[in-house]
Amino acid sequence: MRRVVITGAGTINALGLSVPATLEAMREGRCGIGPLEMRDVDRLAVKIGGQVKGFDPEAVFNRQQIALYDRYTQFTLMAAEEAIRQSGLEFDGELAAKSGVVLGTSGGGLTTQDENYRAVYEEGKNRVHPFVVPKLMNNAACSHVSMQYNIKGPSFTVASACSSSNHAMGQAFWFVRSGMAPVMVTGGSESMLCFGGIKAWEGLRVMSKDGCRPFSATRNGMVQGEGAGIFVFEDYEHAKARGAEILAEVAGFAMSSDAADIVMPSKQGAARAISGALSDAGIAKDKIGYINAHGTGTAANDKTECAAVADVFGTHADDLMISSTKSMHGHCIGATGAVELLACIMALKDGVIAPTIGYEEPDPECALDCVPNEAREARIEAALSNAFAFGGLNAVLALRKV
Amino acid sequence: MDIRTKVIEILAEQAVLEPSDVREEMTLEELGIDSMGLVESIFAIEEAFDISVPFNANDPQESDFDITSVARIADGVERLVADQKA
Repeated sequence: MRRVVITGAGTINALGLSVPATLEAMREGRCGIGPLEMRDVDRLAVKIGGQVKGFDPEAVFNRQQIALYDRYTQFTLMAAEEAIRQSGLEFDGELAAKSGVVLGTSGGGLTTQDENYRAVYEEGKNRVHPFVVPKLMNNAACSHVSMQYNIKGPSFTVASACSSSNHAMGQAFWFVRSGMAPVMVTGGSESMLCFGGIKAWEGLRVMSKDGCRPFSATRNGMVQGEGAGIFVFEDYEHAKARGAEILAEVAGFAMSSDAADIVMPSKQGAARAISGALSDAGIAKDKIGYINAHGTGTAANDKTECAAVADVFGTHADDLMISSTKSMHGHCIGATGAVELLACIMALKDGVIAPTIGYEEPDPECALDCVPNEAREARIEAALSNAFAFGGLNAVLALRKV
Repeated sequence: MDIRTKVIEILAEQAVLEPSDVREEMTLEELGIDSMGLVESIFAIEEAFDISVPFNANDPQESDFDITSVARIADGVERLVADQKA
């Protein structure tokens, strides 16, 4: 089995349009959640979100590209450019033939769907743009990365709601670990922060109207975000041979299904994925210094997640740090695990633990060290990144310092 | 149909019961309506009366809308309908 390392990272989200900007915001505990700017916002009951602002697609993409790139594809390509540039890789010959792209998204081209439903249903138009289908499909972003960078190996999209990008990164990890691919571009993207996307979430009555406060007794729901996180996963020997900078090692991955409820999380399902990732990585429990929580800020998730962590780690649960960066960038749905992996990389590489901001009051059912409100310096050796999706599909990645 | 009868009809449908089997002192638990069933019932109530019910599934007890019994739910709906007319 090969060792798998991360040699490139890219992002765009409410905290920043690049990895350095995002990490700076996480270090400062800055909140990217604010009033939504979109058409018909007065018809929404939930008027806040972690929206990407200051990004002008027309300054980056030409007219033909914009005709084909939904917002989620635009996010993907922005983040992929940053990640692949950092890796220094160019794909040709055998490297191109064997390397692949595995990305996660929950909804794919939702902005395109929203706009075109409006056109045909609301405005009564009988004709839509010819590229609606290739623009909205869930694999569009993956295909455009493949096309743009000449990556010709195993490539596909994974959709498992809020676990999509962790599941995708898990697949990419396996491709490299097994020796099937020397390099995999992976991560995820989501732009569900459109009118129809928010309307659908409103219906479930789990959204907060005033902020995301994970683990705090005063939490009252999740806040949606949007964005992308893209990474270059590479065979360690391949990376070392070319002298690439290594950000962290992906050491293990595990998945589980609750097989219980379509929306309510299960402590057992989460715990099985967490302990599975530890044993897959061969990392002892007491070596985990940080967990990037799923931490949605809903009543149900946060107490279930804390109970699962307490069950798996026993007394060490009180010594490790667990924070939810969703408090800052919002819940990026299918992209969330990818955006959050950045906090794990920062913890391992820079020794800075991203905080859970908005923390007001302890909840006895979430009695773990959630790094409230201020980032902390700490030297840690290993970290976990949790994702627990609606539908009970759990995916946990284990990372190690290199 | 008056408001209380309609509320009971909606809750009965959710609970897969006849409206005549639903008594006002019953709780949602007794009716077998879980958290998802409750969210659906509130949606049906909002649609039936064209009102907006202040309810957050994260903390049903803390919401401004009392759901402790069928009677309390019907009281709440009556109040919201009256407020809307006022």
